[in-house]
Amino acid sequence: MNIPKELRYTKNHEWVKIEGSKVTIGITDFAQSQLGDIVFVELPEVAAEISSGSSFAVIESVKAVSDIYAPLSGEVIEINEMLADAPETVNQDCYGAGWIATLEISDQSQLSELLDSEAYAKLLEGGH
Amino acid sequence: MTARQTPLYATHVKYGGKMVEFGGWLLPIQYIGILDEHKAVRQKAGLFDVSHMGEVLVKGPDSLAFLQKVVTNDVAQLADNQVQYTPMCYPDGGTVDDLLIYKRGSQDYLLVINAANIEKDWDWLQQNSAGFQIELSNLSDETAELALQGPLAETILAKLTDTNLASLAYYWFIAEVVVAGKTVMISRTGYTGEDGFEVYCRPEEAAYLWEAIMEVGKPYGLAPAGLGSRDTLRFEATLPLYGHELSASITPIEAGIGKFVALDKGEFNGRAALALQKQNKPQRRVVGFCLKGRGVPRAEYPVIHQGRRIGTVTTGSYAPTLDKNIGLALVEADYATIGQQFDVEIRGKNVAAEVIAKPFYRRK
Repeated sequence: MNIPKELRYTKNHEWVKIEGSKVTIGITDFAQSQLGDIVFVELPEVAAEISSGSSFAVIESVKAVSDIYAPLSGEVIEINEMLADAPETVNQDCYGAGWIATLEISDQSQLSELLDSEAYAKLLEGGH
Repeated sequence: MTARQTPLYATHVKYGGKMVEFGGWLLPIQYIGILDEHKAVRQKAGLFDVSHMGEVLVKGPDSLAFLQKVVTNDVAQLADNQVQYTPMCYPDGGTVDDLLIYKRGSQDYLLVINAANIEKDWDWLQQNSAGFQIELSNLSDETAELALQGPLAETILAKLTDTNLASLAYYWFIAEVVVAGKTVMISRTGYTGEDGFEVYCRPEEAAYLWEAIMEVGKPYGLAPAGLGSRDTLRFEATLPLYGHELSASITPIEAGIGKFVALDKGEFNGRAALALQKQNKPQRRVVGFCLKGRGVPRAEYPVIHQGRRIGTVTTGSYAPTLDKNIGLALVEADYATIGQQFDVEIRGKNVAAEVIAKPFYRRK
C-alpha cells in the first residue's frame, strides 16, 4: 500500500496535503482499492463552508456509495472538476490527479489531530 | 446465521477474490475489478461460481401436474433436455421466486432456485405437494455450479469435451457429459445476456473443474468473475433479480415478464389475480430509465413526479457496456411510457430521468 511520507492522514482513509492555511484533500490508496472501480464523484461547491466531520463529498464505486468526511473545517476554494467526467482518476492516481478539493482552513489547531504516514501505516496494519 | 462457504471458497481466495456475504453465502464480489470482469464477459469470457443456487428434484407420476400448479409458465411445452424460465407465484400473484426448470424425463424435473430463497421455496413446494404423487428432494448441498459466460464460452468449453457443443441450443441441456474427465450436466443458459453454459457438478469436483476451465481459457482471455459483475451484466441485459424487480409484493405482470405467465394452460397458483392484472393492465410497472442529470441511481431511491412520489428504484447502477447511469424502477403505470420524464431523489436532491426501452443491452 502506497503511503507518501510528506502527507498527513485521517482514520477515515483520507490524505491531507498542507501548504500554510491551504490544504488539499483526497482519499488514500487503501481507500480507493477497498472501494473498487470508482464511477461517480459528487464534489462540494466552491465557497461552501465545511465543518470537520461533515460529509463534504460522495464517492461511488460500482457497488458502494461512500461519504467523504471533511477532516478539517474551512472554505472550499477549489474542486477537482476533472473528476466529473473522469472519476476513475481517483483509482489511477489517488495522491495526484485524483485529489478531491482544496480548503482554506479556519482552525489551524485541527491539524494536530491528523496522522503522519507512520501512524497511518500502523492503523492499516492494525486492521483499520 | 453464519455465512456458508461454497466448495470453491479456497479457490476464490487463491485467485484474489474479495469475499462478501450474499444470500447466506461467502462469495467473491470481485477479483481484479468489477469493470474489467464485466468487460471480459461481454467481449471474451468469464467464469462464475454459482454453487449457492439451490436445486430441487421433482419426481413421480404427477410431476407435470404439480409443476403446472406451482409455476406460471407452461411446463407442458418442455421437451426432454429442454430448460424453461418461469416465475412461481402466491395465490395473490406475488412472486415466491423465479427459477429454471430442467426436464430430465416425463416424471423427472430439476428446479434451479435462488440461493436466498431455498428454504422458503422448499417449504412452499412441500405445502403445495399435498394430493400429488411426487417425491421432492433438495439437492442444493450435493450440487455445485459454475457459469462460463461470454462469446468465447463455447470455444473454451470445447477444449475440455468431445461432445459437440455447437449443436446444444440456447435453453437446452445435456444431462451427462464428460468435461475434463468428470461427468457433469451442462446447459446453454446464463444470467449475463451473453452466450454461455452452466455446469452442474459434484461439490468435490468443483475446484478441479474450475482450474481446468481457467487453464484452457487463459489464452482466450477468460477471467474469473464475481458477484459484482454478475449483477451489472444481468442488469444491463434487464434480467430481473428476485428481491428487486420481483418479490412477494411484485407480480411477474408488474415486472414486465408476463410472457412467462401462461394464462391459457389451466388453473395454477395466482392465475386469477394475474389474469385480472393482465386484463385491466397493472397499476404499477417496472420501467427502465436513464438519468439525465448527474448521479448514480440506486435501489430504494424514491421516484418523484411534480413533487409527488410515484415509485421506487429497484436496481440502479453505472452500466459499464453502455457507459451510462441507468436504472429499473417500479412506478405507477401512468408514468411507464417511453419518453416519460420524472425525477430520482438522490441524497435529497431531485435528478432528472427519462423512461427508456428495455432491455438496455442485447447481444448482437
